[in-house]
Amino acid sequence: MRYLRRKILFYLVAVWAAVTLNFLIPRLIKGDPVAVMLAKTQGAAPVPPEARRALELQFGVSDDPLWVQYLGYLNNLLHGNLGLSVSFYPTPVTTVIRQALPWTIILVGVATIIAVGIGLALGMLAGWKRGTWLDNLIPATTFLAAMPYFWLALVLLFLLGQVLHLVPLNGGYDYSTEIGWNGPFLRSAIYHALLPALTIVVSSIAAWMLGMRNMMVSTMAEDYVTTAEAKGLRPRRIMVSYAARNAVLPSVAGFAITLGFVVSGSIATEIVFSYPGIGTSLVQAVSNADYALMQGIFLVISLSVLGANFIVDLLYALIDPRTRQAA
Amino acid sequence: MNGTTPTRWRWLLRNRKLTVGLAIVGFFVLVAIVGPLLIDDPDRITNDALVAPSATHWLGTTNTGQDVFTQLIASTRGSMTIGAVVGLLATVVSVVIGVAGGFVAGRTDEALSLFSNVFLVLPTLPLVILITDYVDAGGVLIVGLVIALTSWAGSARVLRAQTLSLRRRDYVDAARVSGEPAWRIIVFEILPNLLPIIAAQFVFAVIGGILTQAALAFLGLGGANSWGTMLYFALSGQALSLGAWWWFVPPGLCIAVLGAGLSLINFSIDELINPRLRLARHDRRARKRERWAAGEGGAA
Repeated sequence: MRYLRRKILFYLVAVWAAVTLNFLIPRLIKGDPVAVMLAKTQGAAPVPPEARRALELQFGVSDDPLWVQYLGYLNNLLHGNLGLSVSFYPTPVTTVIRQALPWTIILVGVATIIAVGIGLALGMLAGWKRGTWLDNLIPATTFLAAMPYFWLALVLLFLLGQVLHLVPLNGGYDYSTEIGWNGPFLRSAIYHALLPALTIVVSSIAAWMLGMRNMMVSTMAEDYVTTAEAKGLRPRRIMVSYAARNAVLPSVAGFAITLGFVVSGSIATEIVFSYPGIGTSLVQAVSNADYALMQGIFLVISLSVLGANFIVDLLYALIDPRTRQAA
Repeated sequence: MNGTTPTRWRWLLRNRKLTVGLAIVGFFVLVAIVGPLLIDDPDRITNDALVAPSATHWLGTTNTGQDVFTQLIASTRGSMTIGAVVGLLATVVSVVIGVAGGFVAGRTDEALSLFSNVFLVLPTLPLVILITDYVDAGGVLIVGLVIALTSWAGSARVLRAQTLSLRRRDYVDAARVSGEPAWRIIVFEILPNLLPIIAAQFVFAVIGGILTQAALAFLGLGGANSWGTMLYFALSGQALSLGAWWWFVPPGLCIAVLGAGLSLINFSIDELINPRLRLARHDRRARKRERWAAGEGGAA
């Protein structure tokens, strides 16, 4: 229970830090959405002060003391109001995010789970059969891991899309289909997601493999593995139930952190494929000086990272009793 | 450390992964320092736009006729600088916070842990995008500073854990009992034993810095003239649909090769810290020798 209380307390502090940082950064440095909006729509024509005032009210710009603004900001957050997007004016930020989020979560989420699954399995085998060809492959995989993931995306897109015409060059679905639970749309969405998913899997698999392999090597030197061998258990059983089961613990923690970064982890990949997800929205927000949207996306990303970590901290306490005592 | 140190060094020198890694990184460092002095202006525009690699243009040209090879050399300096800046800054911050927390313990430790845990779960790339966009003068130093600020927390945690375990060793207690001041214990008793881990974290931070900056530059936010900047211009210059592979392949390849070199160095540091991971041909030979010695009745 003490463990649970501490964890909840930590995440409350972290959420508060993320929210406050999100509030402070634009106010500390710069960012006047009204000026951006006017520059975008008006050009050189003068704007009547009343119109400017109206826009200021809409975007929530005020000369109130910082703490009043801060309370107002928190109040708006609690009501799910993240302000209006400048680049998609007058759409609320929440709507923009709600449209983009599923694309990213499904693409990157599925790709991450596949990468972790394959990576851990290969790592387990490499650690189990040390010194075989699979294990000798490990240093070579560093090359894969060191590749910038968006560059791999560029190269594969060029080869498979531009040269061989096997995959579509951009987008998340065929624009002639209607978004929804219908066959043609789902088929085109999967078809468009194949290559982005492949690049994410290829560029992230090596890290999982290496971590798992090293942990396998360490756990296999433990006494309980020797005992299991001495008892004459089948090698397969020793590998899976004795060595791998314990070796996988650090990877569970890593998996948590990665899941949290699903929302933000593949921004550049989304750009390469013009994928209609959060990353593309964020870059659009940046290039349009759309601070409300930027802040909103950043908040969603922070919260998803924190949420995933929280869940896995709880999970960790469940599967590894030592954690509960150590805290 | 004690008696094993000389064998460790001998092992390090014989290690092939380390040699290859150091050679790769050394090569890039050399290019970053000397390279830009030997080339013309990388931004010089010529009339041969989008020429494939040839004897005059080793890696072809861009859509405005700039020489890709020249740009690659010039960008090496930018990327390597970022790597060095991020590596140094992140390492210094993580050592200060991690070692201090682990050594002092108590309330200070809890506060510092909370602090680094908060930084650990903050997503790096979006935060960097936000800050670099607001700061908008995207100099190398600013970009490096921001990346370092968001990437030190992981190594601080590792260093703290290791310091915690070192703090309770007998030789540290002995030093404390003999009246050594805290700073002396940290600098002369604890830090030397953390050195391999710090080195590994440094290498890791360098890779992370170069990759993060490349991603930022690729999104048009990286500031410095770097490999990522080249990729940005390649994408916006339609290199993909124009089939100009020579424009976007080399910069990414440089990052991948340099990153692999750095990882190889990290591998050997890992094996240095954790001898169980050591394995190679001479290892197997050693095992055979052991078995042989045992068979002969290893009285020695």
